[in-house]
Order: sequence, then structure tokens, then C-alpha cells
Amino acid sequence: MMNANSPAFPPAAADALVACHDCDLLYRKRPLREGEKARCGRCGALLYARKSNSIERALTLALAALILFGLANAFPLLDFQFQGRGQQSSVLSGVWELYAQGMWALAAVVFVASILAPLLKILALLYVLLPLRVGRRPWRMAWVFRWIETLHPWAMTEVYLLGVLVAFVKLSDIATIVPGVALYSFAALIVAMAATDAALEPEAIWERLETRR
Amino acid sequence: MTPSSLPITAARTGLVRCHACHLLSRWKPPPSGGHLLCPRCGADLHLRKPDSMARAWALTLAAFILYIPANTLPIMTVVSMGHGEPDTILSGVRVLVAGGLWPLALLVFFASIVVPVLKLVALTYLLVSVRRKSRWRPRDRTVLYRITEAVGRWSMIDVFMISILVALVKLGAIATIEPGAGALAFAAVVVVTMFAAMSFDPRLIWDALENPNER
Ligand SMILES: [Zn+2]
Ligand SMILES: [Zn+2]
Repeated sequence: MMNANSPAFPPAAADALVACHDCDLLYRKRPLREGEKARCGRCGALLYARKSNSIERALTLALAALILFGLANAFPLLDFQFQGRGQQSSVLSGVWELYAQGMWALAAVVFVASILAPLLKILALLYVLLPLRVGRRPWRMAWVFRWIETLHPWAMTEVYLLGVLVAFVKLSDIATIVPGVALYSFAALIVAMAATDAALEPEAIWERLETRR
Repeated sequence: MTPSSLPITAARTGLVRCHACHLLSRWKPPPSGGHLLCPRCGADLHLRKPDSMARAWALTLAAFILYIPANTLPIMTVVSMGHGEPDTILSGVRVLVAGGLWPLALLVFFASIVVPVLKLVALTYLLVSVRRKSRWRPRDRTVLYRITEAVGRWSMIDVFMISILVALVKLGAIATIEPGAGALAFAAVVVVTMFAAMSFDPRLIWDALENPNER
């Protein structure tokens, strides 16, 4: 396989211009105040944004998300009681039961969306943000940071929680259902992950990579 | 805030935007079989997503086909006293309505029935309009694309619900819940349409506006 680096575009010009993600229109970059966003005038897409203490805040929130992720997976989600018999379910037991009943592909989809993608996303964020916070550049940072964007649509924590709530309401007619610790951890995890995404300013992180010219 | 725009696209200027780190580089067609790499982050550079139309078409058609078993086959079967009662996507909503659980019925109806249909229709419309080089309301079509890309994941509610029910309701002879083939087909529709939306390049909508003379 042949690789060719794109001829370096003069750095000053490359940093001064930005193209719209959705319509490719070129813009001259203008410095923003903290909390400000630049949008495309033609199609409305977000061009770039500036956030305060992006790395520090995203790091704190990602650490919180990791702890909540641990709680959400270590404890039962729902406790099912019917005529003196009880059954608990966790995220992993849902995956396992699908697999045990021969639906391995469905088990894989649920596993990726509810466990693997969210966990990898949090770990990848920490891998990039922790060293940056202390002024170092992690090994293969660009590769890891690119993965975060790829994982994003497949991490369906908030959709999963709604699925649990539907199951909860459906069963509460016929049996006693007690919400477990994991359910509350899950709700908090969603808030923490959304806040991490909101705090993160990808441009600020990409700018830490010096361009190989 | 809207910064000042140049009346021209990056592609027209001979520039390519890195899909990962957004850096602009000068575009030159890579040698056949080769890659042009972003000088900052090392991602593959493409003027437009590669084979965008062909991939998006193929995945949308696959989703249309999968949509049929997803709605006709049972997504799960409640086995009680040796007697099985299969549930489809639609009957699941009907059960919620019959039980008077209106907000939940609406949520599931929207996520499991409205969203997949709208997504397939929207993708087909976007693909046809780009193929026909339509110049009609490009901004609205871009917004339609953004919505299509954002809402797809919400259809997974039913699949996750099944994984919970299957693990909880294990009462031996009294009641068990078994996952059905419909759930697999339904999950496949969601995943395949997500890939279809990712393959589609919204900049193609705007490329039709590029050459005003040729139509
Ligand atoms: Zn735009
Ligand atoms: Zn790049």
C-alpha cells in the first residue's frame, strides 16, 4: 500500500481557514470568546466552538463517568419478585441470557451498545486527557482520539436506560419490580457522559498535535 | 456567531478537510491504490466520503428488505404454562395501549415504528434528490440528514427491553420469555440504517449548486 502525505498547506493559512463539515463552504476563522460557537451561515452546521478549561473539565467528568460505569455494571438493574421467587438482572446478564438462548448476534449488538462502546469511549478519553492535563502527549494520541468519534454513535447508554424503563413498566403490572443501584448509576452515567461531550473541545486537542510538514 | 465566508467551497479551492481533525490540506489525487494522509492526524483524506452514493444505496436497500422480517416475525415469545404467546413490534405497542400505558405506548410507537420508517424514507429521498442533482432547498435537506443521523439509535429501545425481559423472567414452567428472530432483524435494520446514514455525504447536496451553467 502506498502512502503519501498531503503537501503541507502553509500552516498560517491552514489555521486561518475552516471548511464546513456539511456543505464544504470555506470560512476565515475568527477568534471566539469562551462559550461562543461559530456556525455555518449557509447550512447551519457547527464550525467550531470555544470552551473554558476544556481539558480539565472533560477529564473530571470522564473520571466520574468511569466510576459510574463501574457501579452501573457491578450492581443489579432490576429485581423481579413473583410469588416468592426472585430474579435479578444486570446489564451483563441481559447479554449473557441472549447468548445462552442462541441469539449470539443480538447479544453482540446489545453488548457493544451498552457496555463495550461506552467503556472504550470513556477509557480512550482518559488516555488522551490525563497526559495532556500534566503537559505530556500520549503515545498514538491521534489514533486514539479519532476512535472516540467513531465509537460515539454506538455508545447507546441513554437508549439502553429507556429500554430498561419500558421493561420495568411492562412487568410492574404482573410482578413486584424493585429498581437496583445500577439503575440510578446508569441515569447519573448518562448525565456524566453528556457533560463530558459538552465540555470537550476537540479543536483544542487537535491543535496540540504539531503537524508533520 | 457566523464568521465571514469565502464564496467558495474547499473542494473548489483545491483543499480537502480532514474528517477526523478538520485540518485543511491541499488536495492531490493519490496514486491508484494509495492514500492521501492528513499531515496532522494521519487519517485518510477524501474530498467526499468514498463511494458515498453506492454504499448508502446498498445499505438502504438492505434495510428495506430487513424491515419486512423485523415487523412480521416475533421479537419475543412469552411462554407461560407451556403455552407460547409471540409478540411482534406492532403487537408490543398494542399491548401497551390496551394496558392504558399511553406515554410509554407513544414512546415505543415513535421509536420502533415511526423512526425506522421515516429514516428509510428520508434516506431514499436524499439519495434520489442527490442523484437528480436537485437544487431545491439544500439547507432543509441538510437538516433532514442531520435529524436522520441523530434519531436512528433511539429505535434500539425494544432490543434493549428484550434483553432485560429475557434475563428477568425465568420462572421455569410458570413463565419464561424467549427472544425471537424478529428482534435480530429489527436490530439489523437499526444498525444497517446507521451505517447508511454514515456513508451518505451531505456535501453532495451542496455540490449540485456548484456549476450553475451545467444542469
Ligand atoms: Zn455549511
Ligand atoms: Zn486530520
